[in-house]
Amino acid sequence: MSSYDAQRVRADVPLLRRVIDGHPITYLDSASTALTPRPVIEAMSRYYETRHANVHRGVYTTAEEATASYEGARVAAGVFINARHPAQEIVFTKNTTESFNLLAKSWGRANLTSSDAIVLSEMEHHANLIPWFQLRDEIGFSIRFLPVGEDFRLDLGPLDQLLAGAKLLSVSAMSNVLGTINPVATLSAAAHAAGALIAVDAAQSVAHGVTDVQETDVDFLCFSAHKMMGPTGIGVFYAKRDIIANMPPFLGGGGMIADVRLDGYTPATGVERFEAGTPMIAEAVGLHAALRYLDNLGMSAIAEHERALTADALGRLRERFDGRVRVIGPADVHLRGGVLSLDVAGVHPHDVAQVLDQHGVCVRPGHHCAKPLMRRFDLPATARASFGAYSLTTDTDVLLDGLDHVLELFG
Amino acid sequence: MSNLEDLYREIILDHYRSPRNRGELPTPPAHQVEGFNPLCGDEITVYIDVSDGVLQDIKIAGHGCSISQSSASLMSAAVKGKPVSDVHATIDSFKRLMTVHESQLDDQVEPEPVDLRKLGELAALQGVVKFPVRIKCATLAWNTLTQGLSELNA
Ligand SMILES: Cc1ncc(COP(=O)(O)O)c(C=O)c1O
Repeated sequence: MSSYDAQRVRADVPLLRRVIDGHPITYLDSASTALTPRPVIEAMSRYYETRHANVHRGVYTTAEEATASYEGARVAAGVFINARHPAQEIVFTKNTTESFNLLAKSWGRANLTSSDAIVLSEMEHHANLIPWFQLRDEIGFSIRFLPVGEDFRLDLGPLDQLLAGAKLLSVSAMSNVLGTINPVATLSAAAHAAGALIAVDAAQSVAHGVTDVQETDVDFLCFSAHKMMGPTGIGVFYAKRDIIANMPPFLGGGGMIADVRLDGYTPATGVERFEAGTPMIAEAVGLHAALRYLDNLGMSAIAEHERALTADALGRLRERFDGRVRVIGPADVHLRGGVLSLDVAGVHPHDVAQVLDQHGVCVRPGHHCAKPLMRRFDLPATARASFGAYSLTTDTDVLLDGLDHVLELFG
Repeated sequence: MSNLEDLYREIILDHYRSPRNRGELPTPPAHQVEGFNPLCGDEITVYIDVSDGVLQDIKIAGHGCSISQSSASLMSAAVKGKPVSDVHATIDSFKRLMTVHESQLDDQVEPEPVDLRKLGELAALQGVVKFPVRIKCATLAWNTLTQGLSELNA
């Protein structure tokens, strides 16, 4: 905690200077999207001002520079998650959601038949549910679910049984509702032992700790730049080289072909096979800047900072509200990240968030795109507060005062 | 930005804390309709018993925020026992109350006048229009009732 300087991160984020109706903004919604630091904004502006051109086509100087920037971002994204072959294992998509659609509709359609099975978990975001439901409705395989226990953790008891005969295990590394951090290496070993592949939803985890696809031996990984202080509009799909080489194209159009004739086409052989049309070049530049920014801060240092914030917030919520504000998720900070789903006794999350807004506090009410998980715990919704690299204990102070007001108004 | 007091009037909090006409009606003879607000997960079930051109009875079940719950409660109190034609008139004026024109949000044009006296306690919900994302909460029960009446051709 000592060497990590969240105040400096805060100073880098222009939006944190906003004042909402007389209250300085208290941004506690980084799990939805993280705020953008100036180096990211500046890198994107500089790109537009000095080298903007279409990629992979022109021979003129700026076109070559744009191509180098775009491909440089690809390699940086691969290096960030410790991919073995960064240039050949990273595809840029629009976001995590599109990455899962690519996985289901390319790998899934080519590898699953009506007699197959895949395993998901009860805590998945809709991004890792709907593409599989859509494909299942089309070709008819079965989907099994790893349950979530009363302790808000995946119940690994039935894991081997569920994996028997399955072709894929697809799970999140960190829940966007519970904050639970899942044991990716254990899950990966179990999947491989059963002859299945493993896909990981890293949308939440990637900005809050170290991601290492080699150490955890992950086959597919999906995440979004906007949750890691990068821009909206770009996401990452990672697949191991041997697997991606055999995946059919996803979207069709320019940029993804080796040859086109009037009777058909031959897809390109590299990762560009999955990137039809002009890609998000400025966004790739922004993502690259965000990765550099996070690297400078140090992912372990960010994780430690957020763990301290979470421990402090959990302790103070418990002391101050004595059960009237419940946190839906693990109590042990070593099992969870900085996502606090709050259930305020007798007050609907929508009302909680509305009152907090009057204090300049940004939290997210709702089902957080994880309706099966909400059903599992019989909750219509929660009010979710979440930390980022720039969060401070003073943010928690304002949150707690706001919650006092909530209880006063509705209690 | 608007004041919380505009949104959370005393009448609204009262109907939220002690909702009127809460429960279920046996179906049949009553008719049952469900409404959802996918954005915030609010779910409501409206039971209506219509005969002889009169909304004889109404009950509300489900869960939601203070605005959707109090609006449902206020609605049930306003329409119960009323001729169906009056119910439609009340729905119309309530929906008019909830309509935000962009110019209105800019405070340039006066809202289209709705006779607030005729709306009675329902007028307490007018503060909701200042919080545009909450309008969907306030109209959930009303849209569900409208759907139920149309399913009954009433
Ligand atoms: C765990 C998880 N998966 C997937 C997503 C979807 O990310 P995106 O909306 O960027 O596609 C999110 C974020 O909303 C998330 O929290």
